[in-house]
Amino acid sequence: MTQSLGLDIRGLNKTLSGRTIIDNLDLQVEPHELVSLLGPSGCGKTTTLRMVAGFMAPDRGTISVYGNDVTALGPEKRPSAMVFQNYALWPHMTVAKNVGFPLKLRGLSKRQVDERVEAVLALVNLMHHKNSRPSRISGGEQQRVALARALVQEPSLLLLDEPLSNLDAKLRVKVREDIRDIQQRLGITTILVTHDQEEALSMSDRIAVMNAGKIEQFSTPGELYANPKTEFVASFIGSLNRYEGSWIDGALVTGSSIIGIRPEHVNFTVESAPQARPATVEKVVPRGHFAEVYLRREDATLRSFMTGEIPPVGTAGFAGVSQVMSFKDGSRVA
Amino acid sequence: MKPITLTRAVQTTLLTVFAFLLTVFILGPLVWLAIRAFATTRTYPNLLPDGWTLHWWDVVFNDSSMQSAIINSLVISPVVVVASAIICLPAAYAFSRFTFFGRKTFLVVLFAVNSFPKMGLFAAMASMFYALNLMGTFIGVVIVQILGTVIFMTWIPAAAFSSVAPSLEEAARDAGASRFRVFFSVTLRLAMPGILVAMVMSFLAAFDEAQGTYLVGAPTFFTMPTAMYSMVQNYPPQVSAVFSILLSIPSVLLMLAARKHILGGQLAEGFQIR
Repeated sequence: MTQSLGLDIRGLNKTLSGRTIIDNLDLQVEPHELVSLLGPSGCGKTTTLRMVAGFMAPDRGTISVYGNDVTALGPEKRPSAMVFQNYALWPHMTVAKNVGFPLKLRGLSKRQVDERVEAVLALVNLMHHKNSRPSRISGGEQQRVALARALVQEPSLLLLDEPLSNLDAKLRVKVREDIRDIQQRLGITTILVTHDQEEALSMSDRIAVMNAGKIEQFSTPGELYANPKTEFVASFIGSLNRYEGSWIDGALVTGSSIIGIRPEHVNFTVESAPQARPATVEKVVPRGHFAEVYLRREDATLRSFMTGEIPPVGTAGFAGVSQVMSFKDGSRVA
Repeated sequence: MKPITLTRAVQTTLLTVFAFLLTVFILGPLVWLAIRAFATTRTYPNLLPDGWTLHWWDVVFNDSSMQSAIINSLVISPVVVVASAIICLPAAYAFSRFTFFGRKTFLVVLFAVNSFPKMGLFAAMASMFYALNLMGTFIGVVIVQILGTVIFMTWIPAAAFSSVAPSLEEAARDAGASRFRVFFSVTLRLAMPGILVAMVMSFLAAFDEAQGTYLVGAPTFFTMPTAMYSMVQNYPPQVSAVFSILLSIPSVLLMLAARKHILGGQLAEGFQIR
């Protein structure tokens, strides 16, 4: 082995009450990388994380962190630290006590504990709440305490379980930048579990898109979007016009295979254009800095994203498509 | 506007009368008891006694059998609470954290034992105690008193353990704590208010237990409630009044100390089947 992987999962299986949750899963994460497990609820992403953390034992398979097999170890013996979805701060301890608890367990002196707690609280910008109880501070602050409690352990592997799902939309954007910033500065190998594609796309080096206990595709955010390998990935990441049929000479011909067209690959012009067909604007849904425009053609209704001047409903013109994806049995063929 | 004001006036009057009656009903006997404890004699139909005295307190404190009853009560009840906690708290933890066959049945049976006529149970126990030579022993009395505390020591702490979110325990294990450490630093610590309420209720149950204690303990061990039986028969009523007041002191003190948790719903929280 040339260099050990940050996290190496091989052949992971888990069945719970007769249902296969994780189906022969492999995942290799490079050191210092932030990898997201992205998928709908019930896809097994949280189960995978809980097995990596040690809260659940796999039926089969191995989990290694920096070359050390941790499969048989309890959570207290693993070099990973987790940030829980509901933060799981201990309500009977102050912020500083919460953050200091892992160090106290490691037998550090009171002075050493205080020093490191202060350093990590400064990092997450929470020194002013040092002596507050978790119940007295806001959700965003609780989230940072939970992060501090994980970081103070100087883990080899940081596990984030839907860390932003309990924050309001505005705060979410800020906190996700903060987390990414801290992660890159400290260079901690990190696994992020989320069902929010935007969160995964904006924070991750690579994303493992999961469905039904399997990884559908494991790539960079850009690659996942531009080159989805399966129909599931294509429709889960970004938006997709999905039709049953094939795309022949710029038009939909109904059939048994599946095609997908990204809304941004649909162009609408008032003048005729090559490969474009006559279309009328059927519906306009404003989405802030862009609008979702439904274009009715003879063969299909195409959804398009438009910015700038939005043509009003009823406008006649021509709609063309610049790129089409085809799928067979769920896999991408073209 | 007028009818509304009238209705309100009637309402207020009725409420005041009701509140007054309730107060008399609740406090009346206690006031009567308190007066009685300091009274020489009382001539019907006077409300107040003929004279005041501390004589009856003197009688109680100088009677050696009553002294030993007080000491017995103050020793036995705490022992019962501690023993009950050692036996029941692990069970409470199991009821709250694990699902096993017959879990609900077990919980309901615990409740049923409490609603069963106690004397029948004690009579059956007594025959067993004779065989085991436990009649008239300290341990025998402790065991019979533990019975009445089991319901409090399992139900209330079980609810308290359940209210500790499993993720709080997982977070502690993730931070590097052993299962043992997690239990003492997180679970037990967070369940403590419920456990304290259970201990107070158990103490009161043990302290007031008379039937079983009399059956098993007499004539060797008299506690305050069982001593009252003989007192009611052998002394003037004023002595019983003094003794009742003494008997109620620990209850009142404990209730006051734990009232925050009891009013805070730990008690009600404890008696729910889940």
